[in-house]
Amino acid sequence: MNIFVKLMICVSVVLSLINISYANNLDDILSALQKAKFSEKEDLLSQIADIKSNRSLIILQHIESGNLYYTKNEKITVYAEKIDKNYKITDILTGNNLGQVKKNKIKRISLNNKLRKHVRVLIAKASLVSEDKNIRINAAKTIFESSSFELLPLIDRSLVNEKNKSVIKELYKTQARLYLLSGDKLLINKSLEYLVKTTDPGVISVVNQFVEKNKNENNFKLEVSKAIELINKINSNIKFYKLLENLFFGLSLGSVLFIAAVGLAITFGVMGVINMAHGEMIMIGAYTTYVTQLIFPSFIEYSLFIALPFSFLIAGFMGVLIERLIIRHLYGRPLETLLATFGISLFLQQLVRSIFSPINMPVSTPQWMSGMIEIHPALSLSFGRLYILAFSIMIFIFLLVLLKKSHFGIEVRAVMQNRSMARSMGIKTNWVDSLTFGLGSGIAGIAGVALSQITNVGPNLGQSYIIDCFMVVVFGGVGNLWGTLSGAFILGIGNKFLEPYSGAVLAKIITLIFLILFIQKRPKGMFALKGRAAEINQ
Amino acid sequence: MISKFIIINILQGDIKTKAFLFCLFIISIAVPIMNIYVSAESIFHLTDYHVALFGKYLTYGLLALSLDLIWGYCGILSLGHGAFFALGGYCIGMHLMREIGPRGVYGDPILPDFMVFLNWSELPIAWYGFDNFTYTLLMIAIVPGALAFIFGWFAFKSRVTGVYFSIITQALTYALMLAFFQNDFGFGGNNGLTDFKDILGFSLQNSNTRISLFILSVIALALGYLFSLKLVNSHSGLVLKGVRDQEDRLRFLGYRVENYKLCAFVVSAILAGIAGALYVPQVGIINPGEFAPLKSIEVVVWVALGGRGTLIGAILGGVIVNLAKSFFTVNFPEVWLFFLGALFVLVTLYLPNGLMGVIKKIFIILKNRRKTQIG
Repeated sequence: MNIFVKLMICVSVVLSLINISYANNLDDILSALQKAKFSEKEDLLSQIADIKSNRSLIILQHIESGNLYYTKNEKITVYAEKIDKNYKITDILTGNNLGQVKKNKIKRISLNNKLRKHVRVLIAKASLVSEDKNIRINAAKTIFESSSFELLPLIDRSLVNEKNKSVIKELYKTQARLYLLSGDKLLINKSLEYLVKTTDPGVISVVNQFVEKNKNENNFKLEVSKAIELINKINSNIKFYKLLENLFFGLSLGSVLFIAAVGLAITFGVMGVINMAHGEMIMIGAYTTYVTQLIFPSFIEYSLFIALPFSFLIAGFMGVLIERLIIRHLYGRPLETLLATFGISLFLQQLVRSIFSPINMPVSTPQWMSGMIEIHPALSLSFGRLYILAFSIMIFIFLLVLLKKSHFGIEVRAVMQNRSMARSMGIKTNWVDSLTFGLGSGIAGIAGVALSQITNVGPNLGQSYIIDCFMVVVFGGVGNLWGTLSGAFILGIGNKFLEPYSGAVLAKIITLIFLILFIQKRPKGMFALKGRAAEINQ
Repeated sequence: MISKFIIINILQGDIKTKAFLFCLFIISIAVPIMNIYVSAESIFHLTDYHVALFGKYLTYGLLALSLDLIWGYCGILSLGHGAFFALGGYCIGMHLMREIGPRGVYGDPILPDFMVFLNWSELPIAWYGFDNFTYTLLMIAIVPGALAFIFGWFAFKSRVTGVYFSIITQALTYALMLAFFQNDFGFGGNNGLTDFKDILGFSLQNSNTRISLFILSVIALALGYLFSLKLVNSHSGLVLKGVRDQEDRLRFLGYRVENYKLCAFVVSAILAGIAGALYVPQVGIINPGEFAPLKSIEVVVWVALGGRGTLIGAILGGVIVNLAKSFFTVNFPEVWLFFLGALFVLVTLYLPNGLMGVIKKIFIILKNRRKTQIG
């Protein structure tokens, strides 16, 4: 035991000595760096990098970003941060705060462009062994762009030890890129083989460079033709993924349209009433999200889940209120209802303007909603849109089950198909109306939560969606969830596929014109109620 | 001939028509006098700005009248009537742009400023002929009328009715708005057409021109009103009312319902276009904002407030709401939308027949009282 303790002490002393010698060593290099000419700096910087400690990496990073200074009097190398007119300086070796000084007390350790590139490569080199995988990926990327062939052994070595998949991928890519520079037939072929497999659009420029350089060399004829083939393949691949991306954007737009419009479809279907204030229900939902984030600033991650029930309740309550107070009295006069609800929408818009402000409110996006998922280097999908897509399908299933399986749903459908018959069967159509309106508005509120993540939350939020909502409902047909779903997705995808050819605005115009023409062919939408039910409700 | 038409109608018309035309006559005399002969210090003096403002209200009245013709008498609720108004406005706007000629900022004799700014080398085909005033006058009627004809022909033939029709008219005006906002579309994009100098050689800044435009608006309104009155009181007018109340029954009786609807729609669109054409020189600008769906819906509330199916009521509604709008947006800008929103709700809930309904009720009550007193 005793011996063990002694041994420990010995080891720690030795270790600390080594540490000191590192520090001393760094100290020497740094003080040399203060006086060095540009020509000498390169070597000194490499020396810093050779000392494999975290400190040396930090120093290199500070040099690269131009924050490394030394004090003119004491000749201490410091990290300086500008605060107002003074500089707050920190000893780079010890990390001690040395207070604030004037600009003329310190001098920057400057670099020229060549040195900066050198430092970057050094940093990348040092970062390759970092523990954080993102730093390693970035390091690989830096080397990829620097095209320093001499770093190839470094990459090879890292590849042996690397465990993380995404880092390995990046390293292989960098390796292939460096192989291209090698001038060695074997390596170049290997590189091209690898690149053909991955078809990463990021390498096009590099391969192009290779083609340009070796176009006229007989030696590489085969390789050049291979490379050209590769470029073509990547390009056609990009086209394919662009198509997929468009499809995804279309689905995403469709899901947004669906969430926004489905509430309207329900109320329109059951009551034959166009609720012009529907957009404002969406707006209320979005503002509820904003307020939730304001009240619970520490739960931003969960704010959406908190906001969902609240916005459903608040918007739903508003809906019931509007139905009880106003729409009830306008039964059987759909055009007047349209006007009255439009008045409500104006009222609510101004209310929001007065309470909050006319400008847009910032709604933050939780961590789990932001970011992209990379399916292929040419195709990455944002999490936010994926979640909204999934969410809209969840709402669809929920509504489908509610309307098909629940008692309330049966009543709703009964009223939808034949109001007076339903009433004579003992269904309280009054209450069904109120609740349906509440349900439709509540769903709009939920839509607001989703929309708050992808669009500006302001008083005009509702206005910008209401016309699209109408289009979906009119296109899909009344009183059929499947109609609304397919209507939303067809319009969404159609719009996104037109956009690359015609531009966003023209695409929208074309969609509108298409809809106007479509209505002529099928005045009651794609999935119209048939038979007597359709006649009675009109 | 026109004066004969007016006089005959005044003599034939009922008390409402007489009162209304008399009011218009008074206004058309009072406003110029208050503008020219009343000294600037007097509280009865009207500035040039006010003359143009009143002229604007009258054009709004004409627009409301045009909507009442189809909504009140035919049951077609168009949420896109602002589109026809704006198209008429764009026609006259194009003429006024052409008339600026080389006096524009860039001094190009043919191309309007915004085209020079966009580096266009020649005039788009749509602009040909608009330097001619007669051609422009024709276009003011033809462009909105043709659009209404095509749109209505499709819609009525396939029996698009009720809210569906309302929504596609809204889609129409929305699509037009998006299109006119585009610079490439060739009508000034975002900024629209403005900086007009003169009309038929008379400067638009001149107060005499303004008064002439004002009186023109009065005349247009009076003629529009009399024409509409003639139309709704004719046999066709009865058919239109029939369409409003029981379309199917009328169809069973053998009427070509869609033709009547189409006619009414086109006439209404032309009236709206004329209103727009009178509106633009008095306001001095036309931009795509006029196509905004909100504007069109506002027109509906004018008619609803005045009383649909009464013609005079619609005109009154248009003037009153816009007076209120001017008052609120200057003094209490926050309150305006509250007011307008409440107006929509209250009118539909409590005034299904609008102001004219209220006036009628009061008359009936007075009459009954007199009867009981006599009795």
